[in-house]
Amino acid sequence: MMSSNQALGILLQIYQSLLVVALAPLLTGWVNQCRAWLQNRSGPGVMQPYRTLRKLFHKDAVIAYNASLLFRATPYIRFGCMWLAAAIIPIIAVDLPFSPAADVIALVGVFALARVFIALAAMDIGTAFGTLGARREMLVSFLAEPALLMVFFTASMISHSTQLPRIVEALAQHQFVLYPSLAFAGLAFVIVLLAENARIPVDNPATHLELTMIHEAMILEYSARHLALVEWASSLKLFAYISIGIALFLPYGIAEVGAMAGNWGSALPLAIIALLVKMVLAGAALALLEALLAKMRIFRTPEFLGTAFLLAVLGLLIHFLLGA
Amino acid sequence: MVGAFPLDIADAIIVSLMALGLMGLALQHSPHLITNIIFPLGAIASLALAATGFWALGEPVSHTVLPLGLPGLPLHLSLDPLSAFFLILLGGASFGVSIFSAGYFKSMPGNTLGLLCLEYHLFLASMALVLLADDAYMFMVAWETMALSSYFLVTTDHHVPDIRKAGFLYLLIAHVGAIAILLSFGVMQGGHGIGAYTFAAMREAHLSAFWASVAFLLALFGFGAKAGLLPLHVWLPEAHPAAPSPVSALMSGIMLKTAIYGILRVTFDLLANSLNGQQWWWGVLALALGLITAIFGVMFAAVQGDMKRLLAYSSIENIGLLLVGIGLAIIFHVYGKNTLAALSLTATLYHSLNHAFFKSLLFVGTGSILHATGERNMGRMGGLIHQMPWVAVLMLVGVLSISGLPPFNGFVSEWLLLQAFLLSPGLPNSYINMLIPVAAGVIALAAALAAYVMVKFYGVIFLGQTRGEAREHAHDAGIPERIGLSWLALACVVLGLAPVYVVRQLDLVTQMLVGKGLGNATPGWLFLAPVDMERASYSPVFFLLAVLGVMLVTALVVHYFYHGRLLRGPAWDCGYPEQTSRMQDTAEGFGQPIRRIFEPFFRIESELPGAFDTHPRYHGRSEDRLWYALYLPVKRITEKLSSWASLLQHGRIHLYLAYTFVTLLVLLAFV
Amino acid sequence: MTMPYSIQIINLLASLLLLIAFAMLSQRRILSLINLFAWQGLVLSLSTFVVAYSTGQHHLYYSAALTLLLKVLVLPWLLHRLMRKLNVRWDVETLINIPATMLVGIGLVIFSFNLAAPISQLSESITRGLIGIALASVLLSMLMMLTRRKAIPQVVGFLAMENGLFFAATSATHGMPMVVELGIALDVLVATFIFGIFFFQIRETFDSLDISNMEKLKDD
Repeated sequence: MMSSNQALGILLQIYQSLLVVALAPLLTGWVNQCRAWLQNRSGPGVMQPYRTLRKLFHKDAVIAYNASLLFRATPYIRFGCMWLAAAIIPIIAVDLPFSPAADVIALVGVFALARVFIALAAMDIGTAFGTLGARREMLVSFLAEPALLMVFFTASMISHSTQLPRIVEALAQHQFVLYPSLAFAGLAFVIVLLAENARIPVDNPATHLELTMIHEAMILEYSARHLALVEWASSLKLFAYISIGIALFLPYGIAEVGAMAGNWGSALPLAIIALLVKMVLAGAALALLEALLAKMRIFRTPEFLGTAFLLAVLGLLIHFLLGA
Repeated sequence: MVGAFPLDIADAIIVSLMALGLMGLALQHSPHLITNIIFPLGAIASLALAATGFWALGEPVSHTVLPLGLPGLPLHLSLDPLSAFFLILLGGASFGVSIFSAGYFKSMPGNTLGLLCLEYHLFLASMALVLLADDAYMFMVAWETMALSSYFLVTTDHHVPDIRKAGFLYLLIAHVGAIAILLSFGVMQGGHGIGAYTFAAMREAHLSAFWASVAFLLALFGFGAKAGLLPLHVWLPEAHPAAPSPVSALMSGIMLKTAIYGILRVTFDLLANSLNGQQWWWGVLALALGLITAIFGVMFAAVQGDMKRLLAYSSIENIGLLLVGIGLAIIFHVYGKNTLAALSLTATLYHSLNHAFFKSLLFVGTGSILHATGERNMGRMGGLIHQMPWVAVLMLVGVLSISGLPPFNGFVSEWLLLQAFLLSPGLPNSYINMLIPVAAGVIALAAALAAYVMVKFYGVIFLGQTRGEAREHAHDAGIPERIGLSWLALACVVLGLAPVYVVRQLDLVTQMLVGKGLGNATPGWLFLAPVDMERASYSPVFFLLAVLGVMLVTALVVHYFYHGRLLRGPAWDCGYPEQTSRMQDTAEGFGQPIRRIFEPFFRIESELPGAFDTHPRYHGRSEDRLWYALYLPVKRITEKLSSWASLLQHGRIHLYLAYTFVTLLVLLAFV
Repeated sequence: MTMPYSIQIINLLASLLLLIAFAMLSQRRILSLINLFAWQGLVLSLSTFVVAYSTGQHHLYYSAALTLLLKVLVLPWLLHRLMRKLNVRWDVETLINIPATMLVGIGLVIFSFNLAAPISQLSESITRGLIGIALASVLLSMLMMLTRRKAIPQVVGFLAMENGLFFAATSATHGMPMVVELGIALDVLVATFIFGIFFFQIRETFDSLDISNMEKLKDD
């Protein structure tokens, strides 16, 4: 027996994940376009990532002689993980039926799973750049992951739950409250977001200068459909991270499945418009941030991410002190 | 059931294990019989032991008194849920290891193999006896048998001086620990005379807070020495790599858990009467030691070049995590929050079980690699995934599990542990309140570093190009090895996918230890929840199905709408044509960032080539500062003391007789 | 548990104060340090303003204005001048390395939060959590003075410490009498001048602003 609420929930769930998968490259395109504008270039247009994906899918894949099955499976695994992340995070609505499958800690686990596979795939061919990228990626991540968890801890201390929908409800559905602890967590989260998505002070998404790259070094050996999936998954990851940021720090306007049974005709479009507006703003802010910052030396990143960890811990402590 | 208590069956199995060992010794002239019959039979006995444990989990506690032992000091055995749980762990993991051994020891000469077979089965039997012991005497006998049999197993290759040294260090620390445990039992019997040596009597003894703390500290020291707790860990990275791989697997996967069992037994059972609000610092101590051990272990694992040493350090890390769980459980328990104590204990027990399986898997896997390549240094491997696909795939499961990645088993226990941390606010002590979430951050750091270590481990061994001289002759593992590895890998997957069921079984243990379980938190079988669904939930089955489903759909869509054409070519590598395998990261290179970031913790010796060296040579070692700061001074003091003592020793029999005479006179004068 | 917005804003500003204290602790460049100090002054001034607004105590408006004038404009300007005149830009090395200092800092925060907890329970004021933050900022500034080699960061640390004290005064007890505040302001200003004069003296004597040179002054 399935109540209409559940059916609606499942529909919404499918809708949300499809929407996210479709929109993710657009966000990447938007960020790149904003960057281009800030650098006084005209830019390729926001649709460029789609064109790139289409082109890549049509090409013949070339892989190295000694590539193992792991190398070929990784793009699919990574794509699956990112899709799952996008399904768990309340992006257009809370209380989606899939969300109890994983809480924030499991979400961190999903990202970790994807990362471990891409690092292993990078080591599979055995090139100098591949292992370099894998090593650096793991270096960045082992510092970023605890910081991310501390951010989530702060949020879950406030909402008494590690379920993202509960967190969003606690933060959005009550009266507007300023949470100093969340301000700290927010700063920490921005740092983690930059590091984990191969953004500028840590990595440069546009670089092809070998010695400075991390993410690009790992995926050097991929081509055609594999590369397309990897790139798409990266867009999804950025989208997922920004959605987490929105869910934790700007959750206003999200729809609720339970309350939507009667009037979903009005709540859903509102939620989508709110999402689009927030995404546009967040993408522009990200581009601005990248334009203002300079790439740092790889051994400065531990300090940078240590700062994120510190901020998150401070946020937690302030939560204990002020109860907010 | 009439007559056949689970305990009796367990006894029978232990006796048969010993008998198998003796048969092995007797059969040393036909080694193929040992590997083809004795080891598989031993594996079946292990499985039976696990089944017995499983059966006993839901049964009432059974006791028995053996007619053996000294006059007036009979040996007591009992089987309660805690013992039963660890029996399952022991039987389940050793089943896989024994099957693997059946293939692994094939090439060993008969006389060595006969001895090894005896020690191996004696080791298993003594570990089971440690778990079943119900009095201090039985416990110490079993404990010492375990230590000695494992010492002989470690020194199987005793003609290598390094291995003899490692074995000696192991034996030394094991005995220092055993003395502490013995003293702890002595304190716990509370001066009630020789009759109070049973665990039942210790439970009844009402110790003052001071003596209870002394007993706890001694137990923590003694069991910590066996578990590899900082700063008593030094034997572990020496002894584990020295032993043959299946033995390393047993030591790391199971023997370390007997120490965890000991700490749990003493803290939550024998000292249960004394565990009250005053003893919160026990928990804090255990928590702090655990955190330090975890970080230390994983940091050192990251800089190792020897694959077995790497795994040994990783065991130190996992022991740290287990101790953190125990510490947290103590803190919650003394403040009366028993549901949370049950949660932390569940996480601890779950992680013990997980570690038993994935660490055994990885250790026996290194055995296969060692057989195939003759190398322990990861820097000379690479690309083994092509020559050893079975081992590579099965070890990938172990690597993902130990890295704490969903949906494998390592993630479940780490998830439970972090949930326990998150539920900590609300304790009456505000310092603990603030420090515990920060400790959770350290746990997260250790877990993330573990992933780093394991990417290094797997990537350098199995992936990339073959390093050093070509290893084309490397061969995949044989059939028994594959079965053993598959069993262990399967356990990792099942434990990862069915956490709800496992947690329900663990409830029986936590019920016994802290009087609470988690069973009611979870409504169905699909979602695991620590206290209630609103708080947090996790469903690995859903998780796996979703990822697999998306993968499948994506692959189908991609191949349907586009094409599946695939060409092979030389590696691109930014167009750099002269790729050699020497350009990949070695184990040393992959660990370099960690060495640099955590530089103050290592004692680094390195020799760098100059710019114009014709034969550039790099050499680097990262050593343990504690060895120099703590052990060598102790060694020097001991040597000085013993040199004084040796002044008494002249080798002349008259002098010795004179000593005896003087002693006699002094005693007569005083008595 | 909704609090009035004024309290929420003060809490937020208090957290910012602590954040800036940490940022100063981690900052190597003297220029950024001075800028951070100015920002801290601004936060302090804002919080004083909010306290004044919410409690209706008019003398706090003056106090806020004074803070703004002195700590955001005059002192940073003086320090900038001093820096340019003395031509020091970098604090080459701190005595303890930065990550370790940060860990000590976290420890200090936990310590002071717990220390302030019983005091806060006595206070009826709704801003009771703030004493802990103020105490933490004071201790962090002291830590900064402890760990720096160069003299200017030490002065900045001293001034930041005064900021923390001032914050405790305004937030917890709604301000000190005007006379006291004016007195402190004057003291701080004068102290900065005196420090400035001393710096020139130190540099003339040792040809450097590295205070480890002062060790030579003790008689053997």
